[in-house]
Amino acid sequence: MRFRAYPIRLFPQIFIWRWRGRLLSGLCLLWIAGIAQASDLGERIAPCTVCHGDQGRSGRDAYYPRIAGKPAGYLLNQLRHFQAGRRHYDWMTALVDPLPESYLTEIAEHFAALNPPYAPPTPTTLAPDQIELGRRLVLEGDPGRALPACVQCHGQQLMGLQPAIPGLLGLTRGYLVAQIGAWQAGSRRAYDPDCMAGIAKKLQPQESAAIAQWLAAQPVKAMAKPAIEPTRRLPLKCGGIPQSSEMPTVGERPQTESGHPR
Amino acid sequence: MKWRPALAAMASLALVGLCLISWLGLGAHGDDGPQPPKTADPQAQIARGEYLTRAGHCVGCHSARGGAAFAGGKAIETPFGVVYASNLTPDAESGLGRWSATDFWKAMHHGRSRDGRLLTPAFPFTNMTRVTREDSDAIFAWLQTLPPVSQRQPDNSLRFPFNTQAAMVLWRALYFRPGIERPDPERSALWNRGAYLVRGLGHCDACHAPRNALGAVATGPVWPESSAGQSPRKATMSELSGGWLPAQDWYAPSLRLHPEAGSARPWSTDELVALLRDGRHDRASILGPMAKVVFNSTQWLHDDDLTAMATFLQSLPPGESRPPPGIPAPIARDDTLRLGLTLYEKHCADCHGENGSGQPGRYPALAGSRTVTLPVAANTIQIVMHGGYAPGTAGNPRPHGMAPSGPFLSDLEVAAVVTYIRSAWGNQATPIDTHEAGKYRRLRTD
Repeated sequence: MRFRAYPIRLFPQIFIWRWRGRLLSGLCLLWIAGIAQASDLGERIAPCTVCHGDQGRSGRDAYYPRIAGKPAGYLLNQLRHFQAGRRHYDWMTALVDPLPESYLTEIAEHFAALNPPYAPPTPTTLAPDQIELGRRLVLEGDPGRALPACVQCHGQQLMGLQPAIPGLLGLTRGYLVAQIGAWQAGSRRAYDPDCMAGIAKKLQPQESAAIAQWLAAQPVKAMAKPAIEPTRRLPLKCGGIPQSSEMPTVGERPQTESGHPR
Repeated sequence: MKWRPALAAMASLALVGLCLISWLGLGAHGDDGPQPPKTADPQAQIARGEYLTRAGHCVGCHSARGGAAFAGGKAIETPFGVVYASNLTPDAESGLGRWSATDFWKAMHHGRSRDGRLLTPAFPFTNMTRVTREDSDAIFAWLQTLPPVSQRQPDNSLRFPFNTQAAMVLWRALYFRPGIERPDPERSALWNRGAYLVRGLGHCDACHAPRNALGAVATGPVWPESSAGQSPRKATMSELSGGWLPAQDWYAPSLRLHPEAGSARPWSTDELVALLRDGRHDRASILGPMAKVVFNSTQWLHDDDLTAMATFLQSLPPGESRPPPGIPAPIARDDTLRLGLTLYEKHCADCHGENGSGQPGRYPALAGSRTVTLPVAANTIQIVMHGGYAPGTAGNPRPHGMAPSGPFLSDLEVAAVVTYIRSAWGNQATPIDTHEAGKYRRLRTD
């Protein structure tokens, strides 16, 4: 047995040793190609960074949200939504219109992997009872109205949940209020079932304001990241977001969007 | 009596119209065309139909953003009102479920719907009439394989009198003769194939040619079916000589004039093929409405068909340059150029270079760029204002993008930087004022 095991174990080593030069240079080439591919994405995505910042840390004003560190599945879903008219911002739609899924995925993964420091939180301007209302809705929800707490889906730390639920901290309150309003008006949509639309439509105006104020006032820890909890059961079925551990990396795509079947 | 001459004029106009209708036989239903040849291989016919549907970029109008593919409903804005694209899926009630291949041929060849209604020229039947019965049948066969989607398009909202069938009859009398594109025996098979694709299915002139006040396109030569054997009406010099896209605020440049996008020079046939297949070659890339055409249509075409189209396009006589010589171009003001230079160095020079030379394959050169110096500055202002991506294709899957400047440059600044690049490094084009730049701030996506 020893005699048989010996050459089998040794042969790959001999092989590796004899071609060590070629293997080494091959590995080097692969490594360089990988770096070149990764590093040249930066010069290709000038249209993104001009508004969202070169680290995706958010832009020139409240209108452009931070995209760095959001789950890749979430970012990819948003790019698809802009393409398909489920989100409305003509500048984004025009940019992503002629881009294939593979490239959108690469761009989403690029920004998901970044983690620049967060801007300091915005102090609240509301009365204490309103702030308490915001805190309660975010952390506890309102079971009487079947309104789930934000933390049930967006993570206990509110930094999002892999692979496709965004964090809610580090965003300006102007952006947050605008998104809740857009969901109420139907101008921001997600895949069906569009659970956020249902939640937003249950909120009163002062509740949206209180939630946005409370969220924007929370400090963010330096290395905070979206949570990975494949066994968590979400309170609602949400389109584009895999339940439990069905999809490991990016969001699912429930329907063919446009053009010819490929 | 004041109204008497007016009444007489109207009556005689109506009489002339009636005479025209009877003379041209427009009242009669169109013929069924040549009997469809039996297809030996239905699967091959369907595959060919999908290919031809891509060549025709049918999806560009017949799919609404976010809607099911080919289910129609997209609003097509025209100067005469809004036309809604029809549902091409085989749904019995709202789509083509009850249509036969002959019904489809009548729509393609005669611009007439299954129920006899005359279709509006927003559907480019002036081009589709050139398509052969065989190709029409293949497209129909493929469309019938789509999943049926029940979706009725809204009624067109055209202004009077453009919403009447009488207007359609008159328009046809003036501008439409059904007829398949006939091969020119003096030209190569490649050239003829290119002419068939460009003038027919590709309907390039729907954008790249001027339209008259009634929306009619200056077309290529027409072969009226009633006069078989006669020589065709000659192509006008305005075939593919550039057109304004009123719904998008872009200019589709002339494909024959050298100072615009005429391709006889300076591009090789291979470069033109690369531009249509990959969305770019080393010296140019495609942005704007054409990017979607490459993305959905031309990138899927075989190289021999693209070569045929390029061969045809490069054979077009280049024609006169514009504006006519002798009229000096207005000179830009010094302070505008100084502001433009400052902005250029700050925002543009990193990629396009201090001397506007660009970087081959990555950032197009601005010095000597025909897009930058087009007499109509719309495209350059659009690109500076809104940025854009070249289409992501198999040959260029990770395109470079141009960053939008609109969010942080004022109309005055956009005008200054556009004026600068239109007059620097030997470029000679007219300056742009603030008002002109501001016209393009609103971005129009469908």
